[in-house]
Amino acid sequence: MSLQVSELRVHYRTLKGEVRALDGMSFELADGEILGLVGESGCGKSTLGKSLIRMDGRMHHVGGRVVLDGRELPIADDRKMNDFRFREVSLIPQYAMSALNPTRKIRRMVTELLRSRGTTVDAAELERRMNQVGLPREVLDRYPIELSGGMKQRMVMVISTLLDPSLLIADEVTSALDVSTQKAVARALLGFRDSGYVKSMIFVTHDLALTHHIADTIMVMYAGKLAEKASADVIVKAPRHPYTRLLLDSLPEVGVRYAERRLEGIAGSPPSLLDPPKGCRFRDRCPLAGDECAEEPPVVEIAPAHHVACWKA
Amino acid sequence: MMLRLQDVTKEFRIGAFGGKSVTAVRSVSFDVVPGEVVSLIGESGSGKSTIGRLILGLNPATSGSITFDGRPARAGKEYYRHVQGIFQDPFSSFNPVFKADRVFTMIKESYYPAVPEPEWAGRVRASLRDVRLNPDQVLGKYPHQLSGGQLQRLLIARALLLDIKLLVADEITSMLDASTRIDVLNLLAELKTRGLGVLYITHDLSLGNYLAERTVVLRKGGVVEMGPTDAVFGDPLHPYTRELLSAVPRLHEEWVDPAPVDSCLYHARGASGGLLEAEPGHFVACAQLESC
Repeated sequence: MSLQVSELRVHYRTLKGEVRALDGMSFELADGEILGLVGESGCGKSTLGKSLIRMDGRMHHVGGRVVLDGRELPIADDRKMNDFRFREVSLIPQYAMSALNPTRKIRRMVTELLRSRGTTVDAAELERRMNQVGLPREVLDRYPIELSGGMKQRMVMVISTLLDPSLLIADEVTSALDVSTQKAVARALLGFRDSGYVKSMIFVTHDLALTHHIADTIMVMYAGKLAEKASADVIVKAPRHPYTRLLLDSLPEVGVRYAERRLEGIAGSPPSLLDPPKGCRFRDRCPLAGDECAEEPPVVEIAPAHHVACWKA
Repeated sequence: MMLRLQDVTKEFRIGAFGGKSVTAVRSVSFDVVPGEVVSLIGESGSGKSTIGRLILGLNPATSGSITFDGRPARAGKEYYRHVQGIFQDPFSSFNPVFKADRVFTMIKESYYPAVPEPEWAGRVRASLRDVRLNPDQVLGKYPHQLSGGQLQRLLIARALLLDIKLLVADEITSMLDASTRIDVLNLLAELKTRGLGVLYITHDLSLGNYLAERTVVLRKGGVVEMGPTDAVFGDPLHPYTRELLSAVPRLHEEWVDPAPVDSCLYHARGASGGLLEAEPGHFVACAQLESC
């Protein structure tokens, strides 16, 4: 097991009270595994990604442990986490533009970044990796503004994995990109795993179809909790949680036409995490909800490696 | 013909003293008829939003003509009575300082000052119900108290209060979640049964395919292929359209790279100047894009 997260609780402090963005998440990630993390806005998926690398000032760790390669990650201690960041855990942010220093050429930026971590640039290795994601070496002598969105995103990918981290968190890396660039970036991510630059990866996205192409396992989150987790094929072909099913039903795929088959969204909206309701959090929007749903469903392994939190599954 | 674009070109001056120019839209022609959704598909920088802005009169075209109901489209109060636009980010469409329902009051003040207040309130509530919103849940709230999907629907309701004939919807669902996105799309599809024309601008091929009767594919400011959605997506003629379609992630299929095309249909049929009408209503540009 490369990553073990148990009962992780992370809250946001707001003027109105505690927002329980992560309310008891437990999961594991094997070596070489890519985990796709999907869910609606506000379900806690980005919070989970951030908690594993750097909590911002409003977030605080309420409970739970994170163990990476047998060592506990001090996620609540911003300073102690510095030993792990970049070397053990690395992040590709959503907006590559704001991750690159606009006043430096790429080569200088990479050199300075590595120097700050006490290492030097292996120029041959850097160029080999850039080549692998389809970036010419001339990119190193350009300013970020001279690169297109897809090139910037791929450059950031190369930089953030230079020290071969064990865990890579890719937070919505493709959502600002066009379909053809998206495909190139997604394939590059797969290549990084296959070449062993990163051991395991958490791919945070709201795009189920894209996740299916990249991830080995998909984890669906709802309102700060795990709803369903299984292999990518099982999630897409035989989902058990009603939320996963409705989410899949609302996806317009190429070939589905309004005139022929009308798709439906999921009525209602997710509950406020300031004061989450008792019982199953999907209850109000769930077509199958019954009396037992007033009690919170535990996460149950209904088949090998298929976890579901639903009484009706 | 309700909206007709004829050889519309837009150049932007760039550089410190406007010394350089960039062609964002190059001789684009297409129509939108009442009761039809036309989707305008292209990647970033393809000029799709610029076309939307030209139609809405937010920027002037450099050359070519845009006509609406036979008359040149000219920005102004009368034009906006019939033509409205909705954009990507609902939170920047609303002034955060005021309550969201102020957009309705502003419509009343400028277009219907004579309508008595109670009657207007009734119209607003009816319009909100048309877009599947519960008036009691959205009236009197500030933008930050509403979700993105609610705000976008509020803007559609606002457009419906006018005597609207054409709606330009520029990426209106790209900031919404999968679960609410489809409801907004269904709403657009319902508008066409009221006889509205909708220009749906998007980079998401599956959404365009779901909704539109006709599809226009843009690349670098020019039309590469256009025609009935079935034909463009079912039997794409241009290599660029094929490449785009093959890059769309699908749930039950793996990514396949399209077979390379070595012959140019446009060239083979000896077409020149403008698009080739490969089959009735299905137009395609030269595969080399520039010239064969």
